[in-house]
Amino acid sequence: MKRGRFGALAIITWLYVLWSLVPVLIAVRISFNSGKSRSAFQSMSMRWYWEDPSSVWRSDELQTALTNTLKLAGLTMLIATPLGVAMAIGLQRWRGKMSRGANNLMLLPLVTPEIVVGVSLFLVFTQIYTSVPRGFTTQLLGHVTFTISYVVIIVRGRLLSIGIHFEEAARDLGATRIQAMRLVLLPQLGPAIFASLMVVFATSVDDFVISSFLSTGSSTETVPIKIYSTARAAATPNVNALATVMLLITLAAVMVAWLAMRLLRRGGVDSDASLTSMSI
Amino acid sequence: MAAPGTLWLVALFVVPSYAILAVAFGDIDPILRTAAPHWNPVSWDFTAMRGVLDRVFFGDLRHVFVRTGLFALASLAGCCLIGYPVAYYVARSARRSRGALLALLVLPFWISYLMRMLAWVNLLQTDGYVNRVLGWTHLGSGSRNWLDGDWPTVVFGLIYGYIPFFILPLYAALERLDGRLIEASRDLGASKIWTFIRVTLPLSIPGLMAASVIIVLPMCGDYYTNTYLTGGSPRTEMVGNQIEFFLRGSSQPQTGAALVIILMIFLMVLMAYYLVTIARSQREGARA
Repeated sequence: MKRGRFGALAIITWLYVLWSLVPVLIAVRISFNSGKSRSAFQSMSMRWYWEDPSSVWRSDELQTALTNTLKLAGLTMLIATPLGVAMAIGLQRWRGKMSRGANNLMLLPLVTPEIVVGVSLFLVFTQIYTSVPRGFTTQLLGHVTFTISYVVIIVRGRLLSIGIHFEEAARDLGATRIQAMRLVLLPQLGPAIFASLMVVFATSVDDFVISSFLSTGSSTETVPIKIYSTARAAATPNVNALATVMLLITLAAVMVAWLAMRLLRRGGVDSDASLTSMSI
Repeated sequence: MAAPGTLWLVALFVVPSYAILAVAFGDIDPILRTAAPHWNPVSWDFTAMRGVLDRVFFGDLRHVFVRTGLFALASLAGCCLIGYPVAYYVARSARRSRGALLALLVLPFWISYLMRMLAWVNLLQTDGYVNRVLGWTHLGSGSRNWLDGDWPTVVFGLIYGYIPFFILPLYAALERLDGRLIEASRDLGASKIWTFIRVTLPLSIPGLMAASVIIVLPMCGDYYTNTYLTGGSPRTEMVGNQIEFFLRGSSQPQTGAALVIILMIFLMVLMAYYLVTIARSQREGARA
C-alpha cells in the first residue's frame, strides 16, 4: 500500500486519536497542580496526592471510595470469571431448547441499558431480597450479574477455536472427564481467562450506574460516584488526583494481564479477534 | 456446568426485571408511600401506567422523550461522521502499522468514562483551555460558559463518551470486508468515490447498524453525562434523569418503573436487532 494514499483519512484518524487522549492527559497534569485551579496548569506538586487534608491519601472519603472500588472489582473478578467460564463450557456442550434459552438469557444483559439493570436490582433488593444487606453486598451481586456475559462471550470465542479434539484425545488416552478438563482444556483457555479477568476488572471499576443505584451513602461510594458527585459542588484537583490514581491502577492491571497472556499464549489466538470480542 | 451461571442470571436478572413490572402495575402503600408490588399478573392494576403514558404522549414528559431521542440521533450522526473514516482507515491500513493504532483506539476503554468527562469539565471551564484557544484564534468570544446547560455540550459529551464503543465494532466489520471486491470495482473503472458509495458503504451497512445500536441503547438510558456536563440543568434532562429522580430522588418507584417499561418498549426493536446479530455471528463462529 502506497504511503499517503489515504492522506485525508490519515489526518482524521490521528486527529481523532489526539482528541480522544489529550484531554485525559491534561486532566492528569491538572492533578499535579499546586493550587486549587482545575482549569489551568499551575506549578507541579503532590499536594492533591498526599499533602492536602483533602488529598487522596489523607481524605477518608477518597480512601473509602478507592478501597471500595478495588474490593468490588477484585471480588467481581473472582466470582464472575469462574461462573462465566463454566457457563461458556456448559453452553457449548449442552444441546437442546433449554440451552438455547440459557444462551439467550446470557445475551440479554449485554443489550439492556444499564439504567434498566440498575432500577431492576434496586427494586428487587428493596422488595424481595430484603435480607441481603444493602450496600457493598448488593453492589457486588450487581456487578457480577452484568459482567458474567462478557466472560462467556470471550471464553466461548476461544473454545470455538480450540475445538473438542484435544480433550477427546486425552479421554482416549485414559484421562477422566475432570482430568481432561483440568489438564487439557483449562490451560488452553488461559489467555481467554486472563482477557476475561481484565475486562471484568475494567468494567467493574468503570461502572457508575449500578454502583450508584445500589449505594446507600458515603460508606459505599466508589471512585466513579465520587467523580460524579463533583458535578454540583465546587471541586478541587483532588478529584483529578483520585481519577489519575485509578487510571494508573487500571493500566497497571491491564499491563500485567497482557504480559501474562503473552506468556501463556501458545499460538492460535488472533489478537484482533480478542479485541473484537472485548468490544461486544 | 452452565447451571450456576444460569441460576445466577435467573435470580438476579430475570426476577429483578419482573420486579419492575410488579412495581409498575402494583400499588402504593397509602401510609408509607412505598411500593406495594403485585406479583400476580391477574391482579395487575394499569391505572398508574395509563397516567404515565398520558404524560409521555401528551404531557410534561413528552419533551423529555423527544429530547432524549434527538440527543441520541445527533450523537449517533456525530459518531458516524468521525468514527467511520477512522474505522475505515485503520481497517484498510497495512497490517504491520495497524497494531499501534489499534492499541491507541482501545486505550479509551481502559480510562474511566467519568474521568474522560471530568477531563472535559476541566477544559470547558469559563477560564479553561477551550475558551483560551477560542480567544487566541478569535474563533469565539472566549468567555462562553460551556457548562451552563446548553445542548451542544451534552451532544459533544455523548459523542466523546461513546465513540470508542462505536469505532471498534465498526472496525471489526470493515476489516472482514473482502478487499478484492474493492479492487475489482476499481479495475472495472469506478472512481474511488463511486467505489466507496456503490461497494464499500453497502457492504458495511450491517456493521454500521450493529455499531450504532451498541451506542444508541446505552445513550437512551444515560443520565450522568448530561448531569455532569451541565451541573444538572433541567434544559438538557433526558429520560434517564426522570427515572433516576422518581426512584431515588423522590419516592415514586411506581412512576419510575412505568417509565422504564415505556423506555424499554421504545428500545425493543433495537435490542431485538442486536440480539439477532449477535446470535448470527455466534452461529457463523461455530461453523467456521
